[in-house]
Amino acid sequence: MGRVLLVGRLAARSVRRRAVESALLLLAIMAATTTLTLGLALHGVTDSPYQRTKEATAGPDVVASAGPDFVPTSDGTVVDDEGFRQPAEAAVVPADIAALEELAEESGVIAHSGPYPAIVADLEVDAVTTEVWAQGHDPDGAAVDRPELTAGRWLEAGGVVVEAAFADVLDVGVGDRLALNGDRFEVVGVAVTAAALPYTDVCFGWVCTIFTAEEVINPSSPPVPSTARRVDFESFPIPPDDAGLVWLTEEDLRGLASEQDLLSYVVNLELAEPAAAPAFVSGHAASGITTEPVLLSWQDLRDAYRELVEVRGEVLVTFSWLLAVLGLASVAVLVGGRLADQTRRVGLLKAVGGTPRLVAVVLLAEYVVLALVAAVGGLAVGWLTARLFTDPGAGLLGSAGAPSLTLATAGVVTAVALGVAMVASLVPALRAASTSTVEALADKARPPRRTPWLIALAARLPAPLLLGLRTAARRPRRMVLSTLSIVVTVSGIVTLLAARNEIAREWEGPSQLDPDAAQVDRLLLVIAVMLIALAALNAVFVTWTTALDARHSTALARALGATPRAVSTALSAAQVLPALAGAVLAIPGGLALWSALSDEAANPPLWQLLAVPPATVLVVAVLTLIPARLGGRRPTAEILQAELAR
Amino acid sequence: MSDTADTPVLRTRGLRKQYGKGEVLVRAVAGVDLDVASGETVAVMGPSGCGKSTLLHVLGGLDRPSEGEVWLDGRRIDRLGEKALARMRREAVGFVFQGFHLMDELTAVENVELSALLAGNSPRAARRRATELLERVGLADRAGFLPAALSGGQRQRVAIARALCNEPRVVLADEPTGNLDSAATLDVLRLFESLHEAGHTLVIVTHDDRIAATADRLISMRDGAFVDETRLAGGTSGKLGALAGLEG
Repeated sequence: MGRVLLVGRLAARSVRRRAVESALLLLAIMAATTTLTLGLALHGVTDSPYQRTKEATAGPDVVASAGPDFVPTSDGTVVDDEGFRQPAEAAVVPADIAALEELAEESGVIAHSGPYPAIVADLEVDAVTTEVWAQGHDPDGAAVDRPELTAGRWLEAGGVVVEAAFADVLDVGVGDRLALNGDRFEVVGVAVTAAALPYTDVCFGWVCTIFTAEEVINPSSPPVPSTARRVDFESFPIPPDDAGLVWLTEEDLRGLASEQDLLSYVVNLELAEPAAAPAFVSGHAASGITTEPVLLSWQDLRDAYRELVEVRGEVLVTFSWLLAVLGLASVAVLVGGRLADQTRRVGLLKAVGGTPRLVAVVLLAEYVVLALVAAVGGLAVGWLTARLFTDPGAGLLGSAGAPSLTLATAGVVTAVALGVAMVASLVPALRAASTSTVEALADKARPPRRTPWLIALAARLPAPLLLGLRTAARRPRRMVLSTLSIVVTVSGIVTLLAARNEIAREWEGPSQLDPDAAQVDRLLLVIAVMLIALAALNAVFVTWTTALDARHSTALARALGATPRAVSTALSAAQVLPALAGAVLAIPGGLALWSALSDEAANPPLWQLLAVPPATVLVVAVLTLIPARLGGRRPTAEILQAELAR
Repeated sequence: MSDTADTPVLRTRGLRKQYGKGEVLVRAVAGVDLDVASGETVAVMGPSGCGKSTLLHVLGGLDRPSEGEVWLDGRRIDRLGEKALARMRREAVGFVFQGFHLMDELTAVENVELSALLAGNSPRAARRRATELLERVGLADRAGFLPAALSGGQRQRVAIARALCNEPRVVLADEPTGNLDSAATLDVLRLFESLHEAGHTLVIVTHDDRIAATADRLISMRDGAFVDETRLAGGTSGKLGALAGLEG
């Protein structure tokens, strides 16, 4: 009991005595635990809003839709305006409405609405032009899928109701006017629905198979009926990858289509057993013919919302590992500095009868305590801030539920925190515990390592660089950790640059129309800030530790005539050199990480990559300026006297 | 083991301690035979670098001899493992250092009870003992002070109290007044005298003639070897202050 009290007391007092270092340590570990918690907690948080919306809108258990297809009727091809090869002759095969109607008669279906016509239309509002799925609907409300108005009123002739998430990014409201395929409409309402995939993945017909991996991968063209009409390729509405949703009266909708055969159709089904919707869908699996119905269960639609948020979770989990490595480097540097500072303490503990094991426990205890606090703090902050990243958009009713914080999540986060602390501190603590008691009590400065080739090389350099290079070489482990810290940070930055570049490339429309990209963008920004902040702390702390560690040699250099400025420059140079090496190594590292994370191999522009090393060097030079300046101006006589007193 | 007059508390035979090899070989302790009887105060004097502190470290199990035997309380300790040595230091030896070596983050009473807690005593018993010792060294009113708030002499008195906490068989003091001014030195001298009168066994390494004068026996060291040994009466004369020339 007495020993437990002693270990606890020493750990607590040590933490309190070195409050700033402890706070830095806590921050370094917490960055990783918070991000990891965020990543792991974003599971299933959109389920409640989807259920709420489904109940409020009499949402369907199954949505079935079918669209027309454009079938080549000869082998000849032509090249279109954008350089793509297209069939020279083609015919339109209309959507299989009969098959949709048959679905409504199936056993187990207790109610339905539709088939409603739908078409891809060009939408113009203010300065924005984009494509949209326009769907006809009942002005008087339907048995299944009654979109819930969040503003205005339901459909009327000449009026359009805009899906809420889409209205949100378009920034349109009741009373605004917009054009669909050139026809002017007034926005009479804004509504939410549970009968469509979330914006920007709204789809009808076979194009939905793109969003549901279990469906047909290689659709086959339908047989061309004898009545099929040959059409001009340009007139066929190609379903877009990204689109919003608006509702019109059926009559207005049909007015948007140049040909009735070009319309898609949607049927909303209510089942006697909603839980059996996936079975119903798989029982009517698409044959692969593009004009036949494609079915989506309400679980598919719910999971699509869930996936929106979970992609953010995957990004967070990936970067949390980077932050954990960075935290490891930070903690290792901090622990190294602290244990060097605690040498005399180790000697004293051993002198009064502490065994090496007890000394190791005393040294490790404070890091274990800090790691546990960081785990709890990370879990709390992660759970609280998860709401910032769980917004399902305006497309569902209500906000996301509380993120799930399971025992497994808590376990993983705690294990990571303890792992970071233990990996960083175990070896130095064991080494300190096995130090000779007499040497520990004397607390002599560790002799620097001699590297003859480096000394010979440095001799040819100007004084500040000479001192800087030799100072860096004194502590190879610290130099490796500094380099590692920069490699991890800059790799993360390169990956983030690639990710942003990819987002910009993938989204061809106006960037403000993709709320999900904006969320991911915000997420990447937060991660970038965390990476940079941690690396900055690291750089400052390493410089200060180096300044303290090299106080004797720099005092000697000053006694021999080096100016304070030369010493400060040397201390900065000792950090800048590993930073340069780290930044250069980080470019291939970051690109490798990006290629592992993404199927796309689109790298950031070359100029951005080329700017990374000089920018890194500049930032590190600026960050190390103050600690190096303070270190370079410590009174020479005092330091030399202190060393003598040892 | 026994605490009889025949069995010395500390005993060394052919004790050597050397560092380095070949041309840089340093013989810090070169063949020392020493017996310290129970209740005896031995002062070891000599110039800097003569091996006094190394001898003290080897006697207390802080360092291992290169050759020879060290016996503490009838038990040979030069062959003990690290863990057993730690236990021996905890139970049988009290150290007093020139630089005090107090834990800066612990209060005076917490510093004193440190070794008692390490020895596995209950927190309550350790605190009781530490409080008693602080009273004995005249620092009961400073129990809750951090070392930074104490004077040099007060710190050294806390260190002495800590050394006594587990009722050690021997107290080893390495230049205990080396960092103190005259007034603080007098305080510490008085304390050592009271320890001596209370029957504690003391080995004091010092440069200071005044503290050496309080011993029963004075050993002079040079180049790692004992070169002179004198029996003194000052340690029990009761005229400590006057002898040391510290009182007017």
